[in-house]
Amino acid sequence: MAAPTSRLSTIARRLGQALPALFGVIVVTFLLTRALPGDPAAYFAGPAADAKSIAQIRESLGLDRPLPEQFLLYLKDLARGEMGNSISTGQPVAEELIRRLPASLELTFFALLLSLAIAVPMGVLAATHPGKPIDHICRFIVTAGVSLPTFFTGLALVFVFYYLLGWAPSPLGRLDFAYVSPPTVTGFYVIDALLIGDLETAWAALAQLTLPAITLALFTLAPLARMTRASMLQVLSSEFIRTARAAGLSGATVLGTYAFRNAVLPVITTLGMVFSFTLGANVLVEKVFAWPGIGSYAVEALVVSDYAAVQGFVLSMAVLFVALNLVIDILYTLIDPRIQLDD
Amino acid sequence: MTETTLNAAAGLPEIDERSLGMRIKTQVKHIRYVLTSNPVTLLAFTLFVMIVILGIFGPWIAPYDPLATNASIALQPPSWSHWFGTDQLGRDVLSRVIVATRLDLLISVCAVAISFVAGSVVGSIAGYYGGWFDKISGRFIDTIMAFPLFVLAMGIVAALGNTVENIVYATAIINLPFYARVARAEVNIRRNAGFVQAAKLSGNSDARVLACHIFPNALPPMMVQISLNMGWAILNAAGLSFIGLGVRPPTPEWGIMVAEGANFIVSGEWWMAIFPGAALMLAVFTFNLLGDGLRDIVDPRQRT
Repeated sequence: MAAPTSRLSTIARRLGQALPALFGVIVVTFLLTRALPGDPAAYFAGPAADAKSIAQIRESLGLDRPLPEQFLLYLKDLARGEMGNSISTGQPVAEELIRRLPASLELTFFALLLSLAIAVPMGVLAATHPGKPIDHICRFIVTAGVSLPTFFTGLALVFVFYYLLGWAPSPLGRLDFAYVSPPTVTGFYVIDALLIGDLETAWAALAQLTLPAITLALFTLAPLARMTRASMLQVLSSEFIRTARAAGLSGATVLGTYAFRNAVLPVITTLGMVFSFTLGANVLVEKVFAWPGIGSYAVEALVVSDYAAVQGFVLSMAVLFVALNLVIDILYTLIDPRIQLDD
Repeated sequence: MTETTLNAAAGLPEIDERSLGMRIKTQVKHIRYVLTSNPVTLLAFTLFVMIVILGIFGPWIAPYDPLATNASIALQPPSWSHWFGTDQLGRDVLSRVIVATRLDLLISVCAVAISFVAGSVVGSIAGYYGGWFDKISGRFIDTIMAFPLFVLAMGIVAALGNTVENIVYATAIINLPFYARVARAEVNIRRNAGFVQAAKLSGNSDARVLACHIFPNALPPMMVQISLNMGWAILNAAGLSFIGLGVRPPTPEWGIMVAEGANFIVSGEWWMAIFPGAALMLAVFTFNLLGDGLRDIVDPRQRT
């Protein structure tokens, strides 16, 4: 068992490791804004601008200064939570992103929970019955799952469950027009509605959430199930499992207490990669279901070449991803006592 | 194609005293064994050949002109004359799906080729020489991986401009880390191997040893990476055009066809989105299965 101080310093070191990644992300996003074809000032000034107002904007954006100085200005703006204004709406990008973030997070987390709830038992079942039908089904789903374009699965689900069966509500946003959105506490409609005891609204929000979440979950199912199966197979063939079996422990104890706990560690590591996929696929799913998250904001901005909005989106997604990876790393450190400073 | 590249790659194993002919014979036998013992790989290989044929000869195979509009037959469900139905402008969906194969394949093949070449060069140099280049390139690759990759691709296309070439570049950049990492690892474990020292002692320059002696041995895992990556590259490119980047209507492309059909799916005209989507899915599925099969050929231990 590791001493708590060394555990803390490991966590501190992980935090330190995230800083270069964060810095790199900011540099790349900065370079992307400055790599705009032609004159960025002309873009930000809009099509109707004359030479004088373009020059004015160039000065106000600091584009007439050398690149390193521009970068420092950019950092200063970011530190104040400033990401510029959107051309199409005139609103500050940062505010808009923060307003829309809960919708995306609600979808992502719900999908991930759903996917974990299916993938982990499926992987365990496949690993405990190698070569049996369940193993083949698992293998098929795993290969099919990564081949499914999320936007296509989403549309197919809409067609079947909305148009043909009529089970799902119309795929337009987070809540049907008939309902009033609950007061914001967490920003997650289902939880917020439950908090004020409004079961009907919670149910309606959940109904809207189900199809997009299934779409995302189908996509993330594959890597998780594959990893669970592989790591479970590896653990099951190890010596301590044989010892536990030989000692006469019941199958459930061996599986649950001994094998699963050890097998779950690589699955947690995979979560980082899965998050990368999910945040990307989120954009597509949000477009299909008209989900008012930051993904659909970025898509709308892309169509009208609203660069400040797109770069703000890219940066915030990247920061979110770095943060999520950090959380996963820390979680891993807390769960696995073997991880020490010298790993 | 896969057979010859594999043989070329296997032509320079580290220690092998058998004759070339015998080695090729064993390799072919092994490939035949893998193909026949695993019907799924055989199916994937057949589908792959079919997709390539459609990609090359698509415009001649398609029954109608993919761009010809005809308002009188707009929005017709699948029938004998139009197997996949017609879209809102009366264009034949089957023809459009077939013709789109070439563009989708071309985008992903170009992207994968660029990231393969660039990733191999960067990874090999980093793995062979180490030092500052290794540190800087490693830092650079970590930075790319710090982004959600699809989101980075969106940002790149937005910054470089909304064209098909930039879709290729964006897809290439987000795939680069995978190749660079495999190449670096494969080169690194061989940099002091016996056959490398022998090659150096016989007077070969570092660059020559790296390019002609070490890199060919790193090829098999790279080939697996390519085939696993192709499916992902197709998905990414189609995803980008689905959200309105790169390919412009009326050009037939699977992603944009699904996007166009999406507006009609809530009113029941499913064929416009489902068929191009299914074609896309089949293509990606083929490459993923092929990748698994190739991995079985190249490295039987990694089967999962």
